[in-house]
Amino acid sequence: MRHIISILIENEAGALSRVAGLFSARGYNIESLTVAPTEDASLSRMTLVTRGSDDIIEQINKQLNKLIDVVKVMDLTEGLHIEREMMLIKVRAEGGEAREEVKRLSDIFGGRILDVSEKTYIVELTGNARKLDSFIEALGPVPILETVRSGVSGIARGEKSLQA
Amino acid sequence: MELTGAEIIVRFLQDEGVEYVFGYPGGAVLHIYDAIYQQEGVKHVLVRHEQAATHAADGYARSTGKPGVVLVTSGPGATNAVTGIATAYMDSIPMVVLTGQVNSSLIGNDAFQEVDSVGITRPCVKHNFLVKDVAELATTLKKAFFIATTGRPGPVVVDIPKDVTAHRCHYSHPKRVSIRSYNPVVKGHPVQIKKALGLILAAKRPVLYTGGGVVLNDSAKQLTEFAKLLRLPVTNTSMGLGGYPATDDQFLGMLGMHGTYEANMAVSHCDLLIAIGARFDDRVTGNIAKFAPRAKIIHVDIDPASISKNVKVDVPIVGSVDHVLKEMINAIQATEERADAAALGHWWDQISEWRAKQCLKYDRSSPLIKPQFVIEKLYEVTQGDAFVTSDVGQHQMWAAQFYKFDKPRRWVNSGGLGTMGFGLPAAMGVQLAHPKAAVACVTGEGSIQMNIQELSTCMQYQLPIKVICLNNGYLGMVRQWQEFFYESRYSHSYMESLPDFVKLAEAYGHIGMHINQPGDVEAALQEAFKQKKRFVFLNFVTDKSENVYPMVPAGAGLDEMILV
Ligand SMILES: Cc1ncc(C[n+]2csc(CCOP(=O)(O)OP(=O)(O)O)c2C)c(N)n1
Repeated sequence: MRHIISILIENEAGALSRVAGLFSARGYNIESLTVAPTEDASLSRMTLVTRGSDDIIEQINKQLNKLIDVVKVMDLTEGLHIEREMMLIKVRAEGGEAREEVKRLSDIFGGRILDVSEKTYIVELTGNARKLDSFIEALGPVPILETVRSGVSGIARGEKSLQA
Repeated sequence: MELTGAEIIVRFLQDEGVEYVFGYPGGAVLHIYDAIYQQEGVKHVLVRHEQAATHAADGYARSTGKPGVVLVTSGPGATNAVTGIATAYMDSIPMVVLTGQVNSSLIGNDAFQEVDSVGITRPCVKHNFLVKDVAELATTLKKAFFIATTGRPGPVVVDIPKDVTAHRCHYSHPKRVSIRSYNPVVKGHPVQIKKALGLILAAKRPVLYTGGGVVLNDSAKQLTEFAKLLRLPVTNTSMGLGGYPATDDQFLGMLGMHGTYEANMAVSHCDLLIAIGARFDDRVTGNIAKFAPRAKIIHVDIDPASISKNVKVDVPIVGSVDHVLKEMINAIQATEERADAAALGHWWDQISEWRAKQCLKYDRSSPLIKPQFVIEKLYEVTQGDAFVTSDVGQHQMWAAQFYKFDKPRRWVNSGGLGTMGFGLPAAMGVQLAHPKAAVACVTGEGSIQMNIQELSTCMQYQLPIKVICLNNGYLGMVRQWQEFFYESRYSHSYMESLPDFVKLAEAYGHIGMHINQPGDVEAALQEAFKQKKRFVFLNFVTDKSENVYPMVPAGAGLDEMILV
């Protein structure tokens, strides 16, 4: 199953490589990983998307907790949560019809066109991973020149929060 | 008080009560060596190879419970230390390793003798640090000792750039540190302990399976009390030997690949397995699908990540072994309830039958020296009271099977990583920590050559270690696998061009003895152990074809042993 794991970790040199190293050493998979400092500059927050059986996810949680720099770990997929990812996508849009089509799709998906050139558009789109995938699918024959995805960020709904 | 970084390190080690630092100098640590020169509190032991420094510190730690301390230079000094760090990591040994680093301004420039020590050691340390500012040095060192010695212990590396050891800063000994992200659990959860007790009192065929955690946590007394209260059969892992007295009749011996028939059969047939401070290593479980198939499992461990990692358990208890055992003993004493005595009686009858197989028997009338016989005699001559370190191979298994350890911290071996070359340097650490004790290093002619240069260190520090070399002319354990599983194609398991070990020992200033008759074994050992002040190398020419039995072949269940 796909799990979204939030990690609060000391904002120190090497912290990221401890997490990445753990995953590669133990053969766990990382689908995406995002990391940035929090409102408390001494802490970083990571969102890690992984897949595995329940046993593996349990081990991942335990092994993450075992890292000395890790302050808190939460498996967001265990409760209600919000998942967001941002994508920048550059497409070839030549000719009236193609340009219209991209603009229309972008509107439907709630995207924004950030850059326009004679032959290209850059669309910015935010949503959960599935929505971004659907957008790419919906583009159909429109040639994609580049996609950049931020990786998933996640947060639990309601009162529940990840704090030091 | 303003001190240089180098002085801070040495002062800190003094204030921390560190007796010995095992090390080897080089450019990046010259300031530290200069500070060591100007004091007497901390004694430095100069080894002949950095790997030996880590193993010696490891032996010191295993035999005392105190952290071992290592000091090496940057680059090759640090990389040479890696094997010893990984060895300590696998066996959860408390150790602090100080590695020199090039000047801060040069880091990342491929400077002379620069390696990314923090990066290289990351997967085999409990934690590591790079000290960037002399102002952080003392607290970082304190954190390193705190992390190394608490929770599930392990090695911690502190990488210190040379300029940091020259800069000055105010020093006072940090009495305490707290790390918000590191709070090891000590107390087992009362609800879990109660659940465990319910299973224990309901069991008809219980077995206690205990590991290194009992030794590391100094819980041998509690374990014995607990086992005695309920007359539980006890088996130990190799790391756990000495955690329960081997001469006690509730002891079934070691379990696992070269475990006894009775221990492996008991685990295979029990209805309750109580695992304490053990981690279900593959050398212990054999084929995991066939492991303890009829049993409910209770698992007590300080490390939550050890629980349900290899084997799903029914009642996990996270906590220090010592605390959980005390709680269990109290609870049992507080209740009248006891397990079904008749069932336990039957269980013991069954175990006696398995015991009657005498799985460790060997040919006692052989004209050749049997390696098992040497260990038996070693046990007798040292009255079971020696510290025994070992290398890795057949000799290691024979030592584990035939030396009956009644006390913890007496058996010092590389269980997890299986590091050949561990035995001799580990014995140095043990002997320094216990200057009056009998210390034996059981080894093979293959393993001993992996750190043979330490014969020189043993001379310098007058360490009266006795090397018991079971010389079978083969990389015996490799040969055994080739005989069993590769139709006796002995690919590169034969040791050609062996040195004359007697002359070699003598060249280093020690006593060497050559023994090739079974009748001479005991007298030779007697004579060697009479030499209280001298290092003696005993070269026993043993039966080349002897194998370690029982053996659970890879992929088989514990009840599918090859027997003699
Ligand atoms: C550093 C290292 N290299 C290789 C091995 C693999 N290995 C395990 S046992 C063994 C043979 C050991 O031979 P020896 O020390 O003579 O002991 P014996 O088995 O003959 O008692 C080898 C090569 C190891 N454990 N460690």
